Amino acid sequence: MEAIKTNELTKYYGKARGIVSLNLSVEQGESFGFIGPNGAGKSTTIRTLLGLISPTSGSAQILGKDIIKEKKAILQDIGYLPSEALFYPGMKVKDILTLSAHMRKMDCTKEARKLCERLQLDTSRKINELSFGNRKKVAIVCALQSTPKLLILDEPTGGLDPLMQREFFDIIRERNHKGTTIFLSSHVLSEIQRNCTRAAIIREGKMIACNSIDALAKTNAKRVTIHGNVPLSKLDGIRDRVDGGGSVSFLYSGDMDLLLQTLSAGHITDLSVSEPDLEEIFLHYYEKNIQN
Amino acid sequence: MIIVKHELKQSKISFLIWTASIGFLLAICVFLFPEMKGEIEDISGAFASMGSFSAAFGMDKLNFGTLIGFYTIECGNILGLGGAFYASLCAVNILAKEERDKTAEFLLTHPVDRVCVITEKLIAVLIQITAMNLIIYAVSISSMTAIGEKIPWKELHLIHLAYYLLQIELAGICFGISAFMRKGSVGIGLGIAAIMYFLNLIANITKAAKFLKYVTPFGYCEGDNIVTNGSLDGTLVSIGMAIGIAGIIFAYLKYSRKDIQ
Repeated sequence: MEAIKTNELTKYYGKARGIVSLNLSVEQGESFGFIGPNGAGKSTTIRTLLGLISPTSGSAQILGKDIIKEKKAILQDIGYLPSEALFYPGMKVKDILTLSAHMRKMDCTKEARKLCERLQLDTSRKINELSFGNRKKVAIVCALQSTPKLLILDEPTGGLDPLMQREFFDIIRERNHKGTTIFLSSHVLSEIQRNCTRAAIIREGKMIACNSIDALAKTNAKRVTIHGNVPLSKLDGIRDRVDGGGSVSFLYSGDMDLLLQTLSAGHITDLSVSEPDLEEIFLHYYEKNIQN
Repeated sequence: MIIVKHELKQSKISFLIWTASIGFLLAICVFLFPEMKGEIEDISGAFASMGSFSAAFGMDKLNFGTLIGFYTIECGNILGLGGAFYASLCAVNILAKEERDKTAEFLLTHPVDRVCVITEKLIAVLIQITAMNLIIYAVSISSMTAIGEKIPWKELHLIHLAYYLLQIELAGICFGISAFMRKGSVGIGLGIAAIMYFLNLIANITKAAKFLKYVTPFGYCEGDNIVTNGSLDGTLVSIGMAIGIAGIIFAYLKYSRKDIQ
């Protein structure tokens, strides 16, 4: 049984596109990344899965349950961390945490205390007095205190300082090791690369790639950096070229023989050929999709 | 009932301010009666002979010299307008505020049915309106007792019941509107209450506009009719309650399927 499965899931806001025929499959216990720039449809996907908006067509199941017919049962098993953490003004942090636990008909006092200690969150303060980062911590505790089976994290680290980000991902990894499925939506690609085993890339509402992080990184393109003087004008398949300081760096996805012949004809003092990072792969998929 | 408790806590201050304000003004008005009673023979004739103005406020039929006549005209307006504003504001905000304040995401991603959310929020509105009316009723009786007047129980019951029903009707309408709104619903709530009040004034002034009595809940709150007939107009009340219930049904239909932004 998959933790998340969508079948041709489509959402239009009137005539405006949200997501189009999205087929997503996230296995239970995995840590799955969802990558895309602003407006690509990440939040629409999450909001549809959570039942905040209704799909125009298609269907989706979470932990084997239909997102429309069994919404309440699904939400009992989900912890959701929104990108923007907003709460009822005038309430104290501890009251928000209690309200959240009571709405789940649970007593989460013990787990909440542990999380607050790790995130250094003062529960006696009022929500209005908190910074954006501290409000985010409240949202994290709300999402995690019920130890849900599935965690949906939408741009989770916005507002958190680097130390807190590290602590947060430590907690997430611990939960993942205990069997919690993680669905991490972000445009910070390094976050996905470090914390997920698989990822999907979404562009203009459509999924353009979905694979393991390792497989996504294994594209034909290589990052080539040359120190020296090589005429590259006859070489096809060069992208993202950066010249400077007697060196040239570019992404190469053309014929390898031709690259080696071209390099051997030039004068090279140093050379490196490496796998591109996820950021470059992301751009590669985007550009490929535009060309198609 | 978690959401009911939460809503009541959230609106505690607003409830106290509105209840205290209406109760205070009502008590002041009642305490003015003994003084007014002495001068009433001079002024009641003047009040009754101001033509359309007298008709608009029912002053042509009620005796200003009796406690119930005075109470119906003076306190009726305070209770009528104040209660209408409070009930409308309370209901028009209750669903819309979640999207306006961006707390809907927090609330609706917890395992609670939308229908349950709507029901509990409706219960919270009804509790607040009922509590406010009970407190004001108690203030009213205490004030009348304090000035040593004989309390006209039947008329007082009917007048307060009429205004309670008016508030329920307006709350029902505004609750329905609240389900459609995403932000800025306060003006609409106040506007509806004010429009309903003025529609009734127009209906009182012009015979051609009498049909407006069927539209505005202030139509069945006319103190002169209640005191004269010793009962509420069943037809107007039934129409009013049907409108209020329709508002509530619209709220369920809309909000249970609404896309939350």
